Amino acid sequence: MADMATHNAHHAQHDAFQHQFEDMEQQRDAGTFGMWVFLAQEIMFFGGIFAAYIVYRALFHDSFEIGSNLLNVKFGAANTVVLIASSLTMALAIHAAQAGKKGKTQVMYLLLTVLLGVIFLAVKFTFEWTADYHEHLIPGFGFIIRPEWGAAGSHVPMFFSFYFFMTGLHALHMIVGIPIILIIAVMAWRNKFDEVYHAPLEMVGLYWHFVDIVWIFLFPLLYLVGGRYLSNGGH
Amino acid sequence: MSAHLVPVKTYVGVFLVLMVLTGLTTGVAFIDLHAWNTPVALAIAVVKMVLVVLFFMHVKYSPSLTKMVIVAGFFFLALLVAFTLADELTRIWSPQVHGWSILLPILQGRF
Repeated sequence: MADMATHNAHHAQHDAFQHQFEDMEQQRDAGTFGMWVFLAQEIMFFGGIFAAYIVYRALFHDSFEIGSNLLNVKFGAANTVVLIASSLTMALAIHAAQAGKKGKTQVMYLLLTVLLGVIFLAVKFTFEWTADYHEHLIPGFGFIIRPEWGAAGSHVPMFFSFYFFMTGLHALHMIVGIPIILIIAVMAWRNKFDEVYHAPLEMVGLYWHFVDIVWIFLFPLLYLVGGRYLSNGGH
Repeated sequence: MSAHLVPVKTYVGVFLVLMVLTGLTTGVAFIDLHAWNTPVALAIAVVKMVLVVLFFMHVKYSPSLTKMVIVAGFFFLALLVAFTLADELTRIWSPQVHGWSILLPILQGRF
């Protein structure tokens, strides 16, 4: 204990400093490195379903176009705006900590991020998925293959299986992320983060931005599959 | 030493560019570019991703080790997709199973 006290006094370190590190900078870099290793795993986690999507879209291109044209581009685009805005507020929450602003400022931006995340999920579940259910577009829940789809119709349910699995997995990541942001917001409220130590805030930020990036790819791949120009768009 | 402080106007600027690109990718989808619709949509998505990674995720200011992890992540994703497609796209979907008899015309000198 005496050694540690001397050590800490010698380096004049932050309260959150962990003794196994040389200094706060090394501690922060180690944390960032670890989080990115986790996110690299997440790339592969989503990568499997993306690879499957690529293969089946190549095999059943016409069916995927028919399915994509049944989605509502307006809701998809609006949700893209909402999610990117939530990424901005998350970046500003971390900026507030880095700039040495009070915990309340960080909390405000974090709550804005949660609010935008909730709006995204609300639009997805109440407007989009509910409409899909009423139009019999959910495989396994009374999916109806329409005669006007022709020969390609038999594989339209496959597009919707991808649609629900990919957007569902993405939504699940958001549902996991929102409580974590709220826990971090409580920590921020207690002024745990400052310009030197804000690792938990930064880590949840990296996670949230990653989820945003997944959506940046899901939006064109699901809603804007080639052939949008052939239809009048959406429901 | 505290972390590199990115000015707020950089974040807002990146956000505005992301908004423009979202509008662009949506608008372009309604124009017939023949085979180019998907490549254009993916190119815009990649630009958006790079902006988020570099600025929102601070990777522009991160150590090289972090950058290497990210490159490695995408490298393995590329391997996954490339080898899956190398199998899938090079299969010959024959309507019926041919035995060695498929070689008969060649063996009999009728080709």
